[in-house]
Amino acid sequence: MKIMKDFTMRVRVSKNGLAAIVAAIVALPVCAADIRVMCYQDGNECEVTAALAKRFEAQNAGIKVILDVVPFKTIVEQLPVQLAAGHGPDIARLTDLGGLSKYYLDISPYVKDRKYWEANFGATLPWLRPSASDKGIYGFMSQLTMTGPFVNKTLFEQAKIAMPGPKATWEEWVDAARRVAKATQTPAAMAWDRSGHRFAGPAISYGAKIFDAKGNLALDEGYKTTVRKFVAWHKDGTMLKDVWGGSGGSSYADTVGEFKNGRLVTILSGSWQINRMQKEIGNAFDWVAVPNPCGPSACTGMPGGAAWVALKTTKSPKEVGQFLDFMAQDANVAEFASRTNNIPAHAGVVKKGVSYPSAGPAAQAALGVFTSGTATLAPAAYALQGFKYNRAIMLPTVTRVTQAIVGEISVDEAVTKISADMAEAVKQTEK
Amino acid sequence: MSVFSSLLGFCFNLFEPVFRLGQKWLGASRIGWLFVGPNLVVIGIFTFLPIIINFVYAVTGGVNLLPTQRPFTGVENFSILLECRDYTDLQTCRSDIFWRSIFNTIKFSVIQVALMLFFSLVTALVLNRKIIGRGFWRGVFFYPVLLSPVVVALIWKWLLQSQGVFNAGLVAMGGSPMDWLLDRHWAFFWVVVVSIWAHMGFYTLILLAGLQAIPKDVYEAAEMDAAPPSRVLLRITLPLLMPNLIVVLVLVMIRAVQSFDEVFVLTGGGPGSATTFIVQYIYLTGFAEQIHLYGLAAAASLILAIGLMALTLAQLRLSKAGDAGKVKK
Repeated sequence: MKIMKDFTMRVRVSKNGLAAIVAAIVALPVCAADIRVMCYQDGNECEVTAALAKRFEAQNAGIKVILDVVPFKTIVEQLPVQLAAGHGPDIARLTDLGGLSKYYLDISPYVKDRKYWEANFGATLPWLRPSASDKGIYGFMSQLTMTGPFVNKTLFEQAKIAMPGPKATWEEWVDAARRVAKATQTPAAMAWDRSGHRFAGPAISYGAKIFDAKGNLALDEGYKTTVRKFVAWHKDGTMLKDVWGGSGGSSYADTVGEFKNGRLVTILSGSWQINRMQKEIGNAFDWVAVPNPCGPSACTGMPGGAAWVALKTTKSPKEVGQFLDFMAQDANVAEFASRTNNIPAHAGVVKKGVSYPSAGPAAQAALGVFTSGTATLAPAAYALQGFKYNRAIMLPTVTRVTQAIVGEISVDEAVTKISADMAEAVKQTEK
Repeated sequence: MSVFSSLLGFCFNLFEPVFRLGQKWLGASRIGWLFVGPNLVVIGIFTFLPIIINFVYAVTGGVNLLPTQRPFTGVENFSILLECRDYTDLQTCRSDIFWRSIFNTIKFSVIQVALMLFFSLVTALVLNRKIIGRGFWRGVFFYPVLLSPVVVALIWKWLLQSQGVFNAGLVAMGGSPMDWLLDRHWAFFWVVVVSIWAHMGFYTLILLAGLQAIPKDVYEAAEMDAAPPSRVLLRITLPLLMPNLIVVLVLVMIRAVQSFDEVFVLTGGGPGSATTFIVQYIYLTGFAEQIHLYGLAAAASLILAIGLMALTLAQLRLSKAGDAGKVKK
């Protein structure tokens, strides 16, 4: 801070303005203890982080945490370009865990107790590592998420139709939601977020193994069955066409907007939307999260989550390590999870349990459903989430399935094209 | 005014010693470079350098951004884009969406250019007549040109989306809502309509200026000869308006090929790839998709550049042919 004051004074008193500007540019790197954090939020994650950062600053004089709150789209589209150009932030909150791993900074030399990290984040640390043999610490999962359905309970009650039970199949849910939609004049029964990640859960439930014997991405009959069913549900009006059919390419679109407007009976989204649902739906209607419906092979969703990662573009690796170490402490992880209504990825905090004082009854119940749901996740779902090139299957799935939905190509052609696009994407990424 | 001129002259004269010195050093024939130099540097950095970099990306592969980290792949990107087992079936192409985007661009250009020329001409002809509130109507037709393309697209999106104004109207009249933006044929139709609505005013203005430049005595002579209106239009108005029509044709054509902003906001290139045009394909491939295939995007942009060059050459030939026709007459 003293340096900044000196610098400001210099600018004021300098007779030569140009010299002062040059001095400022030269002086900037001296304030290396500034940590730039790129943060996106589904609910209030960045606000809670800002409060924790203030506490960190108070404990570590000379280090300033600057939080840049950006839309999720910026994390997806701009951050990779910035990192590739070598001009990224010091820390980022992101979801493409393996895809960007080559840009992560190993902070293990800067954390106080490596064993603490291994003991509490051991299950998810490999998700951030560039290779299986790597043992570095690159950051930690700020929250664990799980994909799963939300249901408009009020519509079920109005239609006087019972909700399917915990082990119900996708067909049973589709049938029930369809009857509710018909009885209540709701535009559509169901919609899934426009995302290959969301699609993967039902696909694995229908028997998709995702990987072949050699561990490479592969499409099988299970995946094809899901594509066929999903397209058919769009053609017969079960699914709201606006979500997948309303866009081109592989761009993301969520279903919460349509759900909160009462245009859908059921959606497939994920636990990270709980806060938003609570905030935006309010008392408009009753909603519940339900366990993932079953297919012939499993009743699984997809795990996921966002991670705080240190980036190689930083000029203050030590301070970055200190800040992440601070954020990873059990008290802070518990506070973050509690105030953001998220599921923590910290084994110790999970064991102790998290209280969610700001969560209403619906949100509390939903958090319970998702937390217990993590036990039902299929191994293939974990494997896909941890796979470095998982985007290679997820992105073409969105593009090609949409083409099949709007009638540009057939289901068989869509599957063939997903396979070809996937191979091409992996080939290009490996170059 | 004279004080200002004198001041300006004085300022310019201040440079004279510098120019004299420059001329002495460089010689009279080279002094010109001193004047065009700054512009050349700017154009070089912002136009030619990106073209060269684009070539570099087009012949390298992978997902890395820095050219030094990209392996040389020769013409592989072009072959990925252009390879098809059967050129009559887009589905057999390795990059079928690239071909679909080209096909969509050509279809859009042909339809939009024809309709844009027709409606701009008709509007200009109407607005050139002594109608009530002529100034107001000219303003009305020009107004959309002043709007940002994003605003235009958002306005139309509100009108056309499932719960939009058009569907509300249909439902109020006892009809059923339509998939204006979810059906690929309707989506394409509306993209053409919105594009014409947004830009027609500008081209109408050019044609209106052309119409007003036609000498009145030619029309008076035609009136004295009792020429019917259709004959006046075909034999006087259109031939004399031809230079303006060619300008409009070229501008509309180039704009159509480069279409991006309105379409991207209105439909996102969808549904499926129904309204994905070549510029959008380049953007999606290089930047919007989470796996950034810069090489493929660069190769596609070079192919687009070749297409645009061909269009420009055709326009030059057309202009020359027009000029030659004028000389003959």
